[in-house]
Amino acid sequence: MAMKELYARLKALYPLGELTDQRRDLAFVTLPAAHLRDTILHLRDKEGFTHLVLLTAVDWLEEGQFQLTYLLNNRQRACDLGLRVMISRDAATMEGIHDIWPTAATYQRELREMFGIDFPGSPRIEEEFILEGWNDIPPYRRDFDTLKYAQEAYAERPGRVTHDPETHMRLQMYPGQHPAGK
Amino acid sequence: MFDMFPPDRSQYPAAKPDGTLDIDLTSGKYLKLWQGPNHPGITGNMSVELTVCGDEVVEGKTHVGYLHRGFEKLMERRTFIQVFPIVCRVCVPEPDFNEYCYAACVEELAGIEVPEMAKWIRTLILEMGRINSYMMYLGGQAGALGQGVIGQWTTYVRDLMLDRFEELTGARIYHMFILPGGVRDTLPDGFAGRMEETLREVEKTLKDVYDVMFCNAVFKKRTVGMGVIDPSWLEPYGVTGPNARAAGVAKDVRKDAPYLVYDRLDFEPVTGTNSDIYTRADVRRRDVWVSVDLIRQILAKMPKTGPVMAPIPNVLHWKIPRGETYVRGECSRGEYGYYLVTDGSGTPRRINVRGPSYTHAMALLERMIVGCNISDVAALMVSLHTYPPEIER
Amino acid sequence: MMTKPELMKRMVKGPDGLEFEVDPLRDYYCEAPPTVMPGAYIQIVEDFFNWARSQSLWILGFGTGCGAIEMRPLMTPRFDAYRFGVAWRPTPRQANLFIISGYLSTKTLKRAIRAYEQMQNPKYVIGLGSCTINGGMYWDSYNTIKKLDEYLPVDLYIAGCMPRPEALLAGFEEMKKIIRAGKAEGANQYAENFAWYKANQKRVIHDWDMPDYNW
Repeated sequence: MAMKELYARLKALYPLGELTDQRRDLAFVTLPAAHLRDTILHLRDKEGFTHLVLLTAVDWLEEGQFQLTYLLNNRQRACDLGLRVMISRDAATMEGIHDIWPTAATYQRELREMFGIDFPGSPRIEEEFILEGWNDIPPYRRDFDTLKYAQEAYAERPGRVTHDPETHMRLQMYPGQHPAGK
Repeated sequence: MFDMFPPDRSQYPAAKPDGTLDIDLTSGKYLKLWQGPNHPGITGNMSVELTVCGDEVVEGKTHVGYLHRGFEKLMERRTFIQVFPIVCRVCVPEPDFNEYCYAACVEELAGIEVPEMAKWIRTLILEMGRINSYMMYLGGQAGALGQGVIGQWTTYVRDLMLDRFEELTGARIYHMFILPGGVRDTLPDGFAGRMEETLREVEKTLKDVYDVMFCNAVFKKRTVGMGVIDPSWLEPYGVTGPNARAAGVAKDVRKDAPYLVYDRLDFEPVTGTNSDIYTRADVRRRDVWVSVDLIRQILAKMPKTGPVMAPIPNVLHWKIPRGETYVRGECSRGEYGYYLVTDGSGTPRRINVRGPSYTHAMALLERMIVGCNISDVAALMVSLHTYPPEIER
Repeated sequence: MMTKPELMKRMVKGPDGLEFEVDPLRDYYCEAPPTVMPGAYIQIVEDFFNWARSQSLWILGFGTGCGAIEMRPLMTPRFDAYRFGVAWRPTPRQANLFIISGYLSTKTLKRAIRAYEQMQNPKYVIGLGSCTINGGMYWDSYNTIKKLDEYLPVDLYIAGCMPRPEALLAGFEEMKKIIRAGKAEGANQYAENFAWYKANQKRVIHDWDMPDYNW
């Protein structure tokens, strides 16, 4: 209920998308990248969403978009609001919020390294954060195949057997039956 | 705070207009010093790159990534039930929170209602894990200041608690007990009695720890007034858990947004006022008492019988419709949460782990370490109670 | 890849005003590769040495992975590894046993190689946990090595995820038997096949910014 009222107040100010009510105390809303900064400042200063819980990205490869999720928490009212910003997958760039929350600089460094999303002006954004000497596409992107990379890059000990779970379970439970039989 | 240093600051770097220090490494006045990853005074496998002037730190940079396994990528390749055994590996000293947060996310998106009994057992396990984690912390905090004996005592108590874990789950460290839909089993016979014995031992050790560690003049001298987190930093730096509670803000997810059965348990979040290393250690010590009390309440109030597992779909064909959610819990270090995005397929689209160490060990530590003495860096770092594996996953 | 400015060759002015060139990637103290250490002239003396070596396993306290958490209980009276002559040391120079406690990301592998090479002969390596043997849980991870003995000479593996303290104690006993039998020749293997080990290491560590042998 409180979420609906908050959404109505915000909607009057900014061009927001639909509200997804996930739980009584958690909702997600989509908004254009250009209005993110104003919305966040408004939420922080006027609505009491003072705590940045996390900042992360989701790769929607089929739609050619990255979804950035800014999850904000209001401790007094015990509710969370997730702001979804969709940006284009190629030449992904976003405005940083490290001046609003200094801790966001760490998240932005991680996104830059793991997804290849650039945040110009964010502190130490050019430095390596987790990986060292990485020479492939950013690993958290959906088109990066970690198994293929692992098999090519690292020597493997022979003898590892991988079973398809369904076939294996079927053979375990009904021995003698043809694995493909339904 | 800095009165142990001479007032002559002529060697100290001048500040640039943007507030950062003007450090010229070729001038010979400064030294670059690495603490870690192979160093006794570091919390696990991470490192801090210190720039020192004399024995005072003028700049510190945290370097992580030594424990990166790419969990969030690996989870995207696995089905929902295959993710369950690997989530606990994200954080070694307190793995149960990963299991709980992941299970709760999946249950919410798949619309599974957890049985009552399972909720109580989950709460019990989380509180037992909290005691373990705090025990490791107390040993580490004392060890960082040269008191080896505290670590011996707390490790002994932690071992007793691990025995209870073993009895309950069959494993010492990685329990893999809280799976989507409930928990694996009920309590074994006579568990409450043996737990009571363990809790008495915990209490006895806590009293000893208080006498030897918290009343020790050297410990007090080196920690009181050191490493202060200003209350105005809490929101900008995302400080949660005991670090925030020591600054006088009763941030506790167990109370703010009760999950599991915490709304039916009687407890008050422990807070402190001074926000220095001593207060943070003291808040954690008193928090163990709260956990001990909570475990007693849980064992007394929980139902004796009942189902522990809700019916879940065939895990080999388990598909969850498109959605996203975030579930949080209060672990021993602060707010722990999982952000799960599903897309209607049999594997998660994205899982993001929000560990409290992520903000504490990076932005906050880099801010606090400036002006600190080299020999106090270890104590300062331990007092934030950070575990590197949850920073880089 | 960005080259770090502090690792490039540069001219440095010394305190006496003399200018000289410094190459941070060169080890100015010892550039010789490791050599094979021959055994004692008489077998019985070598056996005595091996017996003595087996009685004091000093472990390097470098927790490279999650297995390090089971080391702490070993130091307490309940498991008490010290009674077997096992002790933990903070620096590689004082240690002769390197326990790789779990998965090694490539970033840690670089530090582990450095720490191993800084240890004094005779030195031994134990791989702890399934992830050092064949990758274990992380068999498809892009950032962890799958087979430790490609990069460091491993004398003994302890399987499990994670191995219990009792398994570690049994592993120490087994390690002692190997040493007493004179089969713990890891350091000599490393010296003999130095080029092979270096090639393997450099294949996975892409920014090799240290000397080839960190003496």
